[in-house]
Amino acid sequence: MPRRLLGLLLVLPALAVIALLFILPLVMSAVGAFQLDGGLGLGNFAKAFDLYLKDILFSVGIVSLSTVLIGLGAVAIGGYLTLGAHPVAVTILRWLYRWPMFIPFIVVGQILRTFLAKNGMMNNTAVSLGLMGPIDAMSFLDWRGIVIAFVWKQTPFVALLVAGAMASVNREGIEAAVNLGASRLRVLIEIIVPQVTATLAVGLILSFVTMMSVLSVPLMINAQSPTMLTADIAFRVNAYGDYGVANALGLISLVLASSVAWIYLKISLRERA
Amino acid sequence: MTGLRLNLSVLWWLPRGLIFGLMAFFIFGPLFNMLLWTVTEKWYFPHALPLEYGFSAWTRVFAPRGGALESLGNSLVVAVLTVIVSLAFAIPAGYALARLKLPLRSLILLAFLIPQAFPNLTVYVNVARLFYEIGLNGTIAGVVLVHVSHGLVYAVWIAAAAFSAIDVELEQAARSLGAGAMRTFRDITLPLAAPGLMASAIFVFLESLDEFTGSYFVGAPDVNMLPLLLYTAGSGGNYQVASITALLLLVPSLIFMLIVERFLKADVLSRVGR
Repeated sequence: MPRRLLGLLLVLPALAVIALLFILPLVMSAVGAFQLDGGLGLGNFAKAFDLYLKDILFSVGIVSLSTVLIGLGAVAIGGYLTLGAHPVAVTILRWLYRWPMFIPFIVVGQILRTFLAKNGMMNNTAVSLGLMGPIDAMSFLDWRGIVIAFVWKQTPFVALLVAGAMASVNREGIEAAVNLGASRLRVLIEIIVPQVTATLAVGLILSFVTMMSVLSVPLMINAQSPTMLTADIAFRVNAYGDYGVANALGLISLVLASSVAWIYLKISLRERA
Repeated sequence: MTGLRLNLSVLWWLPRGLIFGLMAFFIFGPLFNMLLWTVTEKWYFPHALPLEYGFSAWTRVFAPRGGALESLGNSLVVAVLTVIVSLAFAIPAGYALARLKLPLRSLILLAFLIPQAFPNLTVYVNVARLFYEIGLNGTIAGVVLVHVSHGLVYAVWIAAAAFSAIDVELEQAARSLGAGAMRTFRDITLPLAAPGLMASAIFVFLESLDEFTGSYFVGAPDVNMLPLLLYTAGSGGNYQVASITALLLLVPSLIFMLIVERFLKADVLSRVGR
């Protein structure tokens, strides 16, 4: 059997799962987005933009800000693990940073809701340390809470990927640069980060699309307006049974997420060319 | 001179200690807050700590009508089945992506990302409608299938990375000694890829345990799962029950966190998504 055909045969069952259980319902929802009472049209989109434009911008802003913060955090952690001068400090960080990685999103939502609330542990600790008075305590259960939850949960995952890639960067170049007097920050930015961009991009894209899809965190931390598109979709379905607008909102977030995936595809194709 | 340098290097522990301390507070603070809630009898504003401690919420959760045991059982069964089915699909696919010449390889890799790239909500609504037609709605099998479609990206991407990290020459050596393709795969390739496959199994297991949206639309109300119990308790303001459920979901996550680096080595990690 030709190797190409064999390869396709081996990949086909897994692709069929995606096709039947995801692409097909996805097409159904895409078609549903254009279905109106009297046929096809753009009415659902007009309604979606009319009611939820603020939430669309809010979602993009929140997820983009979180992605940037996750990237910075992951590079900082990975960089310190690779270049850190003191072995004890490196060991402490290696032990410390990973804890939130596998904590389910729904648990993250619940524990940060109690932690960031006005009478949560964060404010209570600040008050008892004398950093602020009880009156200054404020709730972080708004857009900041969502960003904190996303960064809290996703940074260790990207940092793990990035640190792994950094560990396999050639040490000789790093040591030569250090011997020539380059600061460790400069070595990180100019030598190490350029060699791990592919891994960093994969981690950040996975995080971006994950955050675009998470329903539990916005529901549990901030379900008031403005909120994330996922909460709006759930609301349209649960409260009104309005699948048209829900599907339209779903299609809008697909376009947002797939534009990021498209950027990744272009970069990886260019690298291979 | 050396004494001065020693003092300076000790001084470095000031910023380090400050940063590590802040990190530890933000990582462990919420977890500690949750642990407090699991043993709280009475706690209200403006008290910084619970007023009364006790285990009454635990007896309520684990009472036959509390639902936790049923949810825990369902969640574990679904997660284990999801891992088995996902790996059955991902091992051949990952091997083909790593070793065989495939047309449109990048597009195929990207296809597995699709279920992660779309707000699952609207898709799961339509999946539920499809499953309802064929009698899969409200069954364990239905929930497993939804979780498989969601977890395949981890399974396939990590499996492909694990296979491509294996030295081709080892396989060629086995072949030149007369082993057939299947034998080489079973005796050489699969054992060498096992740590990476284990890591992908861990990711799929946790994805399934974590999954909320699909379980809600396809499973509920017939198949109760832990995340669903947590959400209903939390939105009902019952922080004790929500925190106990959260703890039940946390334990496997933390165990896996401690062991995952044993399976996911740098040579595999650097190949993920390539």
